[in-house]
Amino acid sequence: MDKYMEVKKRNEAYNRYVQAKIPKTKAWPSLFNSFWVGGVICSIGQGINDLILLWFPNMAEQTAWAYTLIALIFIASFLTAIGVYDKIGKFAGGGSIVPITGFSNSITSPALEFKHEGIIYGICVKMFTIAGPVIVSGVVASFIVGIIYLFI
Amino acid sequence: MYTNQTVMFKNKPVIIGSYSIVGPKESKGNFGPYFNYVMKDDSFGEKSYEKAEMKMFKTAIVGAIEDAKIKASDVNLLLAGDLLNQIISSSYAARDFDFAFLGMFGACSTMAESMAVAASIIDGREFDTIVCSTGSHFSTAERQFRFPLELGNQRPPTSQWTVTGAGACVISSKGVGPRITMATFGKVIDFGVNDVNDMGAAMAPAAMDTMLAHFRDTKTTPDDYDLIVTGDLGKLGSEILIDLMEDQGIKLGLNYNDCGQMYYTRNQNTLSGGSGCGCSATVLNSYIIKKLRTGEYKRVLFMPTGALMSTTATQQGETIPGVCHAIVLECDDSVKDVKISTTSNRNVKNNQFKKPDRKQLSVKNQKHINE
Repeated sequence: MDKYMEVKKRNEAYNRYVQAKIPKTKAWPSLFNSFWVGGVICSIGQGINDLILLWFPNMAEQTAWAYTLIALIFIASFLTAIGVYDKIGKFAGGGSIVPITGFSNSITSPALEFKHEGIIYGICVKMFTIAGPVIVSGVVASFIVGIIYLFI
Repeated sequence: MYTNQTVMFKNKPVIIGSYSIVGPKESKGNFGPYFNYVMKDDSFGEKSYEKAEMKMFKTAIVGAIEDAKIKASDVNLLLAGDLLNQIISSSYAARDFDFAFLGMFGACSTMAESMAVAASIIDGREFDTIVCSTGSHFSTAERQFRFPLELGNQRPPTSQWTVTGAGACVISSKGVGPRITMATFGKVIDFGVNDVNDMGAAMAPAAMDTMLAHFRDTKTTPDDYDLIVTGDLGKLGSEILIDLMEDQGIKLGLNYNDCGQMYYTRNQNTLSGGSGCGCSATVLNSYIIKKLRTGEYKRVLFMPTGALMSTTATQQGETIPGVCHAIVLECDDSVKDVKISTTSNRNVKNNQFKKPDRKQLSVKNQKHINE
């Protein structure tokens, strides 16, 4: 037992030392970059939405939103395929992960990566390795909200 | 109190041939001029990166046998390993060769592990010629241990860049070349680090343990070596190792360095440095062996470290154990005699690692594919 405690103590001390030694990420530049890149992506989305409404004045606003999302998802998948989105992500971090473009990137990139394992076991199985948890939590959350809504 | 971990070789096996192959990014790094072969792109003309890694192994093994000026039929055994599950790159590469194969796994320490085992077998006079080979590929390692390549995420400052490259060497009982004089086999050491992006901190204690065992068993000090080089601790890990050794009362001087830390230039954006089997394997089989052949280094302690982790174990909350094996390489006696008369021994000793001068070293030794 003594030896176990000794090892635990040593490991804790070592981890404390390592934590102090690790170079810290510079918070303010990262935040600034993700803020403006995220803002640009959202502005592009708003621009697409406005253009759709300008060209098709009779379209319902909800339908225009759907088309905007489809356009953004397509652009992000395309940029992923030509190898640009990961560079944006490296620069902007959360700014390009949080919008729907980041979600599109997280589905396209494993699909590209695992295409050598075949369509079913490669692309279809691995496509949701990163986006899967997001989808599951979305479904679970909407289920809970639905139940609450039923009783109110 | 302590058990012996070190083997002293009586017959001193010789490294008669070596070969290194790297990707384009690695060739732009600090060791660029020393590599034998540079791939034009990471896929090496193959459909997948796994296949490219297998081809890299084959090229390295064939190249090393050619460099040793022996026939493939003279080889008794191939010892090889890599980072992928079931070490597929090395075993699939081995099916194309007509000699016995032993798969090795010591994560990034596989080069020293296989060389130590090869030297032990040869020292026992059972086999004459053994080929050792290890390598890694950035794209296959990323997919197995981390995220898809095209995913737009950020890497923490402690993360390292897996080297795309393979190295092979031929070890024989006779011939001229650098000799393996000692080998220290390391224990698996775990100091409770569980951050998969901080391999340096996880492996540094293993390096310390093996280093202490080596100095204790061989009764040597850091000053006895022209170069003490760890594999892929990276910038952070090697700083930790220096601190850990100082706590143990051993001061590592300017003759200590780390392959991962030296590998890439500052503007290549690799954060803490290079990692992977290929990191130590390509540096050893290019830079270090060439310097030992010319006699610039007399005695090198080569001790790559490996993080023995898998994604399954870390996801189940396990910490990352590390292992480190060390081998001592000495330059051939003939070279030793020649050099001592021309340069003073002291100048070579304690000489910090110098960046290879690109202008002085012509690139004619490098072959480019498809050119």
